[in-house]
Amino acid sequence: MIDTGIGSPAAIFGILLSAITVSALLIWVERKLLAVWQDRIGPNRVGPFGLLQVAADMIKMFFKEDWIPPFADKPVFVLAPVIVFATMLSGFAVIPFAPDVGVVDLNFGLLYFLALSSLSVYSMILAGYASNNKYAILGGLRAAAQTISYEVFMGISVMGVVMLSGSFNLRQIVEAQRDGWFIAPQFLGFCVFLVAAIAESRRAPLDLPEAEQELVAGFHTEYSGMKFGMFFVGEYLGVTLSSALIVTLFFGGWLGPWLPPLLWFCLKTGICIAFFILVRGSLPRPRYDQLMAFGWKILLPAALFNLLATGAIALTVARI
Amino acid sequence: MLSLLRTLWEVCKHTLVKADTVQYPEQKPALSPRYRGRIVLTRDPDGEERCVACNLCAAACPVDCIALQKAEDESGRWYPAFFRINFSRCIMCGFCEEACPTYAIQLTPDFEMCEYDRQNMVYEKEHLLIDGTGKHHDYNFYRVAGMSIAGKDKGQAENEAPPVDVKTLLP
Repeated sequence: MIDTGIGSPAAIFGILLSAITVSALLIWVERKLLAVWQDRIGPNRVGPFGLLQVAADMIKMFFKEDWIPPFADKPVFVLAPVIVFATMLSGFAVIPFAPDVGVVDLNFGLLYFLALSSLSVYSMILAGYASNNKYAILGGLRAAAQTISYEVFMGISVMGVVMLSGSFNLRQIVEAQRDGWFIAPQFLGFCVFLVAAIAESRRAPLDLPEAEQELVAGFHTEYSGMKFGMFFVGEYLGVTLSSALIVTLFFGGWLGPWLPPLLWFCLKTGICIAFFILVRGSLPRPRYDQLMAFGWKILLPAALFNLLATGAIALTVARI
Repeated sequence: MLSLLRTLWEVCKHTLVKADTVQYPEQKPALSPRYRGRIVLTRDPDGEERCVACNLCAAACPVDCIALQKAEDESGRWYPAFFRINFSRCIMCGFCEEACPTYAIQLTPDFEMCEYDRQNMVYEKEHLLIDGTGKHHDYNFYRVAGMSIAGKDKGQAENEAPPVDVKTLLP
């Protein structure tokens, strides 16, 4: 019998593999869902339902010329895509997939996630800087400002959850939702976290660092081949990670009747990912100053209000 | 803010809407009869060429893809000695069809004209000319126009009065 407990090699390997596979498959899922919402058919030629489209894309990316511009800062240029991939993947370490499935059981899991998601911005900044290209540096600058701004509200918005559950441990946060998901008492926090999560994963409509219409491709303008592929899959890893965390924090993680916990978790995460794609498929991108104004003038006060209100209520309840 | 949620909902409703696109090579899209595709030269109901080589289509063509030369047969009818359309230039704008006074040149609902050799995109008169009347079944230019040809003098066309003799004083 193979040991599949928390932190066992089998669990680590399985989670790593499934995270990468799911993120790669998201390329197909996104194209298909966008097609459905735009009244098209979407990829359906390669393999059953077009599922092997991912394989075709991968083969294409691997065999493309891996070009490094002569004007680029070579070591940094090579390092940048690795950072986003590595940070996003290591973020999966603390995700509680099920009561007995996971990589580590950190008692500061939430802080660990916040730290990693801020680290991933180095990838964009370094890519923009190393490309030595004005569009890339603009994209990198935007990524830096956007991530720093939205990091603030992201951190504050989850503190309500931390107060209610009394822990930074994601497993204990899930267990604290046995009587009701935190989406209800923490709706404001959820809204702020959702917007911040979209901004953090640099997904449309908040994909200003790579805004194709203005910046060619933003920070990854000069990237090609598998280096571009790593940015690409890193973005999907970010979406998966954010979805998993939203499910953990606000939708009761693995909790649910009848079905096994792992299935519940995957189901909820899948719905959340689909919502991410729906947002991308329907909302226009704001201007950069609108993004900043929205963040600092609406989301920050909302997150602070949520923090204060939750704290006040929690104290009152504790006193009675 | 509410408009964003409304947009999300409107897009989400499209989950159950049937796709507008079709599986192209296996399934052909429905093209209307007025679709502007491959150009043909039609014949009148009597089976004669409609084209009178007036050159209006070539003049109207914005990309100059039509070339033709006028010739005249023994009955006095004009016809194109050659008629050549370079479909590698044609933009299917339909101006030639609008310019044509005899309904000879018409665009058809066919767009599958791919060729490996560019030269094969140049269609000569024998490729363009079809046996049918196209979109206008009963129209015959010489039967309604005042042109005199062999077997039909001025004033003998449909809805036409005999020409006024300007040399006489009588009304």
